[in-house]
Amino acid sequence: MSENTLFITENPCNRTAGRPVIGLDDLILTQDAATSAGSKMLAGFKSLFEARVVERLREAGYDIAGKANIGEFGFDFLGESSYFGPVVDADGHLATATAKLLMDSSVDAVVGLEVNGAQARSAALAGQVHLKPTYGCVSRFGTVAVACSGETVDITARSTEDVQQVLDVLAGHDDADGTSLPARECVRVTAAGFAEAAGAGEAFAAPITHVKVARGLMDAADADTKQLMEAAIQALSSEGVDITDMASETDALFAVANLAWNILMCAELCNNVNRFEGMKYGYHTEKYQTIDELYTKSRTEAFGYLTKAAILYGSEVLATGNYERCYDKSLRIRRLVSEAFSNEFARGASAGNTAGQTAILLPACAKRAYSLADVEANPYLAFEENRFTAPAAITGLPAVTAGGVQLIGSAFSDVALLRLANILPADCAGKEA
Amino acid sequence: MTAFETVIGLEVHVELATKSKIFCSCTNGSDAEPNTHVCPACCGMPGMLPVANRQVINLGMTAGMMLNCHINRTTTFDKKSYYYPDLPASYQTTQWFAPIAVNGYVTIQTEDGPKDIRVKQIHMEEDAGKLVHDNLTYTTLVDFNRTSVPLIEIVSQPDLRSADEVVAYLERLRSLLRFAKVSGARMEKGTMRADVNLSVRPAGSTVLGVRTEMKNMASIAAIRRAIEYETARHIDAIENGTEELVQETRGWDDDAGKSFAMRNKETAGDYRYFPDPNIMPVVIDDEWYDQIRASLPELPEVKLERYVAQVGLSDYDAGILAQSRAFCDCFEGAMAVGAAPKEAANWIITNCTGILNKRGLTSEDLPVPGRALGQLIGLVNDGKVSSANGKRLLEALFDLDSRGESVPEDMAAFAEAEGLVNSSDTGALEAVVAAVIAADPETAQAYRDGREKALNPLFGACMKQLKGKCDTQVLRSLLIAELKK
Repeated sequence: MSENTLFITENPCNRTAGRPVIGLDDLILTQDAATSAGSKMLAGFKSLFEARVVERLREAGYDIAGKANIGEFGFDFLGESSYFGPVVDADGHLATATAKLLMDSSVDAVVGLEVNGAQARSAALAGQVHLKPTYGCVSRFGTVAVACSGETVDITARSTEDVQQVLDVLAGHDDADGTSLPARECVRVTAAGFAEAAGAGEAFAAPITHVKVARGLMDAADADTKQLMEAAIQALSSEGVDITDMASETDALFAVANLAWNILMCAELCNNVNRFEGMKYGYHTEKYQTIDELYTKSRTEAFGYLTKAAILYGSEVLATGNYERCYDKSLRIRRLVSEAFSNEFARGASAGNTAGQTAILLPACAKRAYSLADVEANPYLAFEENRFTAPAAITGLPAVTAGGVQLIGSAFSDVALLRLANILPADCAGKEA
Repeated sequence: MTAFETVIGLEVHVELATKSKIFCSCTNGSDAEPNTHVCPACCGMPGMLPVANRQVINLGMTAGMMLNCHINRTTTFDKKSYYYPDLPASYQTTQWFAPIAVNGYVTIQTEDGPKDIRVKQIHMEEDAGKLVHDNLTYTTLVDFNRTSVPLIEIVSQPDLRSADEVVAYLERLRSLLRFAKVSGARMEKGTMRADVNLSVRPAGSTVLGVRTEMKNMASIAAIRRAIEYETARHIDAIENGTEELVQETRGWDDDAGKSFAMRNKETAGDYRYFPDPNIMPVVIDDEWYDQIRASLPELPEVKLERYVAQVGLSDYDAGILAQSRAFCDCFEGAMAVGAAPKEAANWIITNCTGILNKRGLTSEDLPVPGRALGQLIGLVNDGKVSSANGKRLLEALFDLDSRGESVPEDMAAFAEAEGLVNSSDTGALEAVVAAVIAADPETAQAYRDGREKALNPLFGACMKQLKGKCDTQVLRSLLIAELKK
């Protein structure tokens, strides 16, 4: 496939109409255009129905510009595993279709499915704003399921205001998604719901006045990234935000969170892509004798390397004899990480410095730029660098990436996080002043 | 010669009698035209998410309580992965880690008296589709109507020792599930299916022998034959070394009267169970639990005893009624609107059963509400409907049901609309009587001459003209009065 495919399918949009233009990533189902999940397996697949988020966007009068290229099933490092080819910028650095579409103003925002941090990393490198909302506030109905327990519909845009505007449209209860939260809770992440809760003095709507730095993860990043973190700390501090270090035992737990997430994600992915067996959807091998051969050949020919690796890993951790020590243990680590976050958020509040709430500051990735050679040298980079994004993925907590760094807050603190992110300095990579 | 003991455990699958499927709103009706009750969710398409049907959990809980189980107050759904063309998402949603009900028992009657068969667990799950093999074209077609139809699987402990005990257990299960309206539990329709796990060991041994599992038995009679065959095969293998027994799944060919190997332990797949992250754990609070507990039906044996001791039916009549929840409901409903118990029982046991048999229906299919039967009996007793037309009226109620129409509240009006009400116009009766006598003066004269039996053909001729729509007592006295004029 050709390099630098930004849209896999594109709808011409009339920009003069003045309506916001949204790009969807290739895991969000629409009826009018194919949804390929970045995979040869689903290339050209047309859904019978639309994702709930697409319905909501259309109802709100937004234009859909097309399906942005992503890595196969959206869980790779920076889209490099896409059947439609990677996206690389002029300097030879890996970029994403999302970042480029926003940079050249083809779209005002990209709505996608954040599985394993690719979009947070993309926004961090491009100096854009990314939100992974509180799990359950935006319906996942009509998204190609990959790792359901942690993935959320996400938003990338050029500013926190743009992200909030789209979030206001997307958030809401959906009976068709069993993990969707009640309407009264979903509304908390909208500007209006937040304002009302703030007036009523609810804790999640208090401003974030305390930020804890995940030192362990910060030390795992390179000098340029550390510098960005220092700049962020400086900016927050000068606005009166209280800065302390996160407890070292939480740091230690974060160091294993991505191992647990890799196990959960691959197990779920393995199961979710089982349905793509060459019989009913997309790719179908040409020659076969038996049904087993049809399954095996279709999957061998249509799945990419990383997906195959994830399927093997996911099968292994669920196998009889491994379940307890791999999958079940990961579920326990998920609980421990959630508890650690709760403790950090609570300790911040009881410090008594202010009446506000607490967020965690950490990098979104280890370096400021990656080349195609980096992922070719280490195809499992996505399973290692997700140490920065796994804490939010595994817990379902909201995470905002802006100014090249990442903030994680307590449940429903999405609006507060976006407001705090406004304080962060525009990073050199591209955010316009 | 060594004495052997057969050790049997059953896995019984029962389709739940819900309106819709387990995770989508498609109609639960697997015998409709192929692939008419399907949607993207039960076809396993990407993007659809499961939403658990509360009625499935209600029925799972009901089954658990009927079988004296402990109900898990937090119950979860899990994914079981395997590839098969009838399984559209390549995984089945079932319960592996925390099933709805555990540790129950079912009491059966044996030659040696009552025996408790322990129930290990009951879990809820979705059914797979149906493969239809076309031997003419060598193709296999898939019908997804049945995918995601809700099932419960009832797993017994290996407490059964003979085909008789297995049959008693299955019949008791069927009765309990029907009484609780959990399922129609019809083996011939596939809404109840049993897998038999069987092993044989020397009597007195406490070690289990090599176990085989038999599938695909379509009737209780076939299960009995399969158990007898398989027991003999195992004993032959142990005593005479005719073959090496291996742990395997076997099919049953009822025509040949033989079991055959399907797959063994080595080729069995690893199902890689894990909790479904899209279905939140179901937490059953006290209110929900108590509501289901309060809705449990009276057990059949309790009804039988009550019908004899309190209602005054014979053991025979009570026994027939208590075999069917539909019969009991109809009987109690008829009594509630004032029908005499013996009369209501007779109508059900004689007339309703007659129509059911004629139409190839079972007792559980009885479409007559007790209220309607009670009113009907009242109409006959009041002389508003003749006894023969009462039976026609009953038949009309069955017709309503087969047309999918509901039974009207007012049976008198319904009888009127059906044209089955007796004529209350004595003038019209007198005219008919006069005409019949005029048409057959010889018979009339014979009666007048003292031959009493001559009344019968005249009465019959009147009834024919009136199409049976009259109070026979009134007609008889009018006819006699006219002849004696």
